[in-house]
Amino acid sequence: MSAYALELKDLRKNFGKTEIIRGVNLAVQAGERVAVIGPNGAGKSTLFNLISGRFGPTSGEIVLNGQRIDHKKPYEINRMGLSRSFQITNIFPKLSVFENLRCAVLWSLGYKYTFLKFLSGLKDANERAEQLMEMIRLEKKRDTLAMNLTYAEQRALEIGITIAGGADVILLDEPTAGMSKSETSRFIHLIKEVTVGKTLLTVEHDMGVVFGLADKIAVVVYGEVIAFDTPEAVRANAKVQEAYLGSSVADSQAGGH
Amino acid sequence: MSAVYKFKPYNVGRWVIWSLFALVLICAPLVFTSNLSTTMLAQMGIAIIACLSYNMLLGQGGMLSFGHAVYTGLGSYMAMHALNAVSAGQLGIPVSLLPLVGGVAGMGFAVLLGYVTTKKAGTPFAMITMGVAELVFAMSLMFSEFFGGEAGVSGNRVAGESFMGITFGPQVQIYYLIAAYTFVCVALMYAFTQTPLGRMLNAVRDNPERVEFIGYNTQRVRYFAFIIAGFFAGIAGGLGALNFEIVTAEVVGAARSGAYLLFTFLGGATFFFGPILGAILMIIAFVLLSELTKAWLLYLGLVFLFMVMYAPGGIASLIMMNLRVAKFGKLRQIWTSYLGLGLTAIVMLAGAGAMIEMVYHLQLNSALGDTVKFMGVALNAKGVDSWFGCAFVMLTGLGLFELTRRQYMLEWGEIQTEIEKEIKRRETAV
Repeated sequence: MSAYALELKDLRKNFGKTEIIRGVNLAVQAGERVAVIGPNGAGKSTLFNLISGRFGPTSGEIVLNGQRIDHKKPYEINRMGLSRSFQITNIFPKLSVFENLRCAVLWSLGYKYTFLKFLSGLKDANERAEQLMEMIRLEKKRDTLAMNLTYAEQRALEIGITIAGGADVILLDEPTAGMSKSETSRFIHLIKEVTVGKTLLTVEHDMGVVFGLADKIAVVVYGEVIAFDTPEAVRANAKVQEAYLGSSVADSQAGGH
Repeated sequence: MSAVYKFKPYNVGRWVIWSLFALVLICAPLVFTSNLSTTMLAQMGIAIIACLSYNMLLGQGGMLSFGHAVYTGLGSYMAMHALNAVSAGQLGIPVSLLPLVGGVAGMGFAVLLGYVTTKKAGTPFAMITMGVAELVFAMSLMFSEFFGGEAGVSGNRVAGESFMGITFGPQVQIYYLIAAYTFVCVALMYAFTQTPLGRMLNAVRDNPERVEFIGYNTQRVRYFAFIIAGFFAGIAGGLGALNFEIVTAEVVGAARSGAYLLFTFLGGATFFFGPILGAILMIIAFVLLSELTKAWLLYLGLVFLFMVMYAPGGIASLIMMNLRVAKFGKLRQIWTSYLGLGLTAIVMLAGAGAMIEMVYHLQLNSALGDTVKFMGVALNAKGVDSWFGCAFVMLTGLGLFELTRRQYMLEWGEIQTEIEKEIKRRETAV
């Protein structure tokens, strides 16, 4: 049994002859908040896709709570306690907010493929969905179809669906993408709130947000993790400054945050 | 926690609707008493089950199947063979339960064939259903012991012991058997939409990728839904076998599958009750329209074409959209436009219909002379003046229709904006 919640061991992924992920090693402890940063095209999203089972890795291991999950299907990985959100909003547009959340809790409560029970009678699923709706502040939009929500509300629903099943490892792929400054800070507060006690990996571009949210930062450049440490250590890391951060760190400090 | 989920054990509106449905099923043959109407009512019941089971795939699961007749048809054959076994005294089940034999057969074949079919979604799914349908139809020509070859398999539904004098010989008795099955099957299929699997099927339809990341195997969801749809399809097939007392290879044919698709779509795949309307239209078209004119398939094709283009939600969505307008008390503003649309459409269709009938007459019945009777008017199919007159009527109708339609679209748009505003106003008031 490994002590880590999530462990990547020499993970590699090729698309054709192009190596996108080039030997990533990463060990995340339970309850840690890790921000994954790096320039566009560095392989952050690919890394998330490998971990969540969207693609299989070319080689290497992914270990979730001591169990290998590489080459497992997304739904198997989800059932083992890892859940992810998407950079491009990925919800059920023709279902209401409540239905979106209720669908997302069904498997974890053991209802599986049953067609011998009425949804309205599933007390635990309905209560959990209502509770989630309050957590993501959408209780007033209960019966609104997801496609009629504002962008920020859809992003909140995306997070709601992701945490609904009670997974203890949460991957958020650019949760604040496309949001205004004020929306972002409110949203980060929400993310902190709903992921209390969970292991969190998040891809994030806003450096102010990263330093405010993360216990540790993993810097991905050109398919490799070049640094994985506390924010302070990463900020001081010469390799990181050279390769990537440089000006943006200076900016965020100059901004006084 | 403030918001505890309120579970309502029963809903008055729902009880009213279901009671009305039962009442209609019971009273229909008392209102429409002729032989033809009883036959049609029986067929409608069967078609309702078939179309609703088809819509489990199309409307609820986003699975466009071109081979649903495989499951209704094989259900028919199995029920018919079971009926003959009952007649021969080899099988001891009452005739009233034979549709269940069809259902189990439909389900069994769905378990078998659906496993391959539901591996894929979208276009590949549609292609595979088509392939499976062709395969089964080809087999129906090869295995004539089972499928009965050209003549099909026939039987006599008066078999086994009669229960309280009910032999199912008279058409009205078989109608009530079908009506009972229709009620129960419709209720069960509606109940299905309110279960976890039913809701996940909607989720798979809308966003299969996301479903995989909340713990569900989309293939499984599709497969289980396919099996359940196969069961109800088989029941419809079994009822068909009892109703017609003959099953021929066309029941598994592509035309039958196409009809399910077409009329489910016409009725409206996005609402549960849509396929019920579609099924009723199907029987009216097949039995009445086909008697009325040789060009009925052409008319059907045209209707389908216009529906796909202008009302992709089918008749059900047209009804629901207008109910919404009525709910906000705005139907009065628009009903004159509907009247105008109706009248101009009739003029246009009269012109077009007359020309279509003349073409058909020239092609098929020219030996009978040049005169065509259309809506009480004698037309000369070879006369320039009748062609000119019909074209004139059609074009006038078309022009007027287009004018009314533009006016109508403006009004409709205005009403929709008003309703949106009203909804916003009510939301903020709360």
